[in-house]
Amino acid sequence: MASLKALKIRIGSVKSTQKITKAMKMVAAAKLRRAQEAAMAGRPYAERLEAVMASLASKVTVSENSPKLLAGTGKDQVHLLVVATSERGLAGAFNTNIVRAARKKAEELEAQGKTVRFYLAGKKGRVLRRFYPTSVIADHELGQHKTLAFAQAREVADDLIARFERGEFDVAHLFFARFQSALVQIPTGQQIIPVAVPAGAVSTANDGGAAVEYEPDEEAILAELLPRNVAIQIFRAMQENAASEQGSRMTAMDNATRNAGDMIKRLSIQYNRARQAAITTELVEIISGAEAL
Amino acid sequence: MLHFELVTPERLVRSEDVYMVTVPGTEGDFGVLEGHAPLMSTIRDGVLLVHKTAGATPEAITIRGGFAEVNASGLTVLAEQAV
Repeated sequence: MASLKALKIRIGSVKSTQKITKAMKMVAAAKLRRAQEAAMAGRPYAERLEAVMASLASKVTVSENSPKLLAGTGKDQVHLLVVATSERGLAGAFNTNIVRAARKKAEELEAQGKTVRFYLAGKKGRVLRRFYPTSVIADHELGQHKTLAFAQAREVADDLIARFERGEFDVAHLFFARFQSALVQIPTGQQIIPVAVPAGAVSTANDGGAAVEYEPDEEAILAELLPRNVAIQIFRAMQENAASEQGSRMTAMDNATRNAGDMIKRLSIQYNRARQAAITTELVEIISGAEAL
Repeated sequence: MLHFELVTPERLVRSEDVYMVTVPGTEGDFGVLEGHAPLMSTIRDGVLLVHKTAGATPEAITIRGGFAEVNASGLTVLAEQAV
């Protein structure tokens, strides 16, 4: 049985932990709203770009001299897994889930005899180094920015495209957590290079009967659009990640606060019992002492 | 009136009805009025001029990278950056 003093100290320490988790929860809730708004604000651009991509891709036939980003390298050997995680921990299973999804894919690919490489965007993906010490080809830190800037995604995309052009990999997959609600974040993997053209999504947006004039021409526009599309997909993943991270942290910290509350309750009962026991023992001693006289 | 939208990856910058917009296309500037033929063009870094009404002083928005699309519903400019 712990002494009264030890119990008291324990209660105090749990209380201050609870204060911290409570504060973190509230901060995460505020940040979540901002991250969600940012993700919403980015939606129109992505939607329009997708529509344009689809209508262009349906007009251009994939041949040997079409851009590599669309047609691929013709091989399917080296797969690059881009793992987007957060910069900070204490967000529940958020980072673990993303890393787990990436590892699962890596194992699948390796079982098929493919070579797997990793590209880490975000500090918390570094645990992958432990499992694949030699396969991590880049480690990109996102830095501590209040809001995500498109420039950050652009940087990653430019680096990826440069590596693709050098032939470092044939296919790239992107891993992140899709935000559904503060309680649910779905770890997702999708192929970003070569660009997966939405099949059957032959756009009807422009088929108003009139022929669309292209300036300079379809191929040139598409060639410019493809790298941009990669950047946008990464940017969207980062935005989804930012919202997911805060949602996950909020839930995790809410649980921690509640657990701390339960713990305080239990410890207080234990403390009061111990105090009462001490008083009773003292009384018994006094009474028996008085009776002995 | 011409429906004009300027979108960046970060947000929807403009969505309004205007008289005319001058877009810095890769192959030269072009003005878009209501009823313009469908067109898709890449843009170069430059200044986009928005004329709210005929004869009004245009408002200048500096844009970087992207493309413009004109269809039946109006003009949409997708830019990487807009200031």
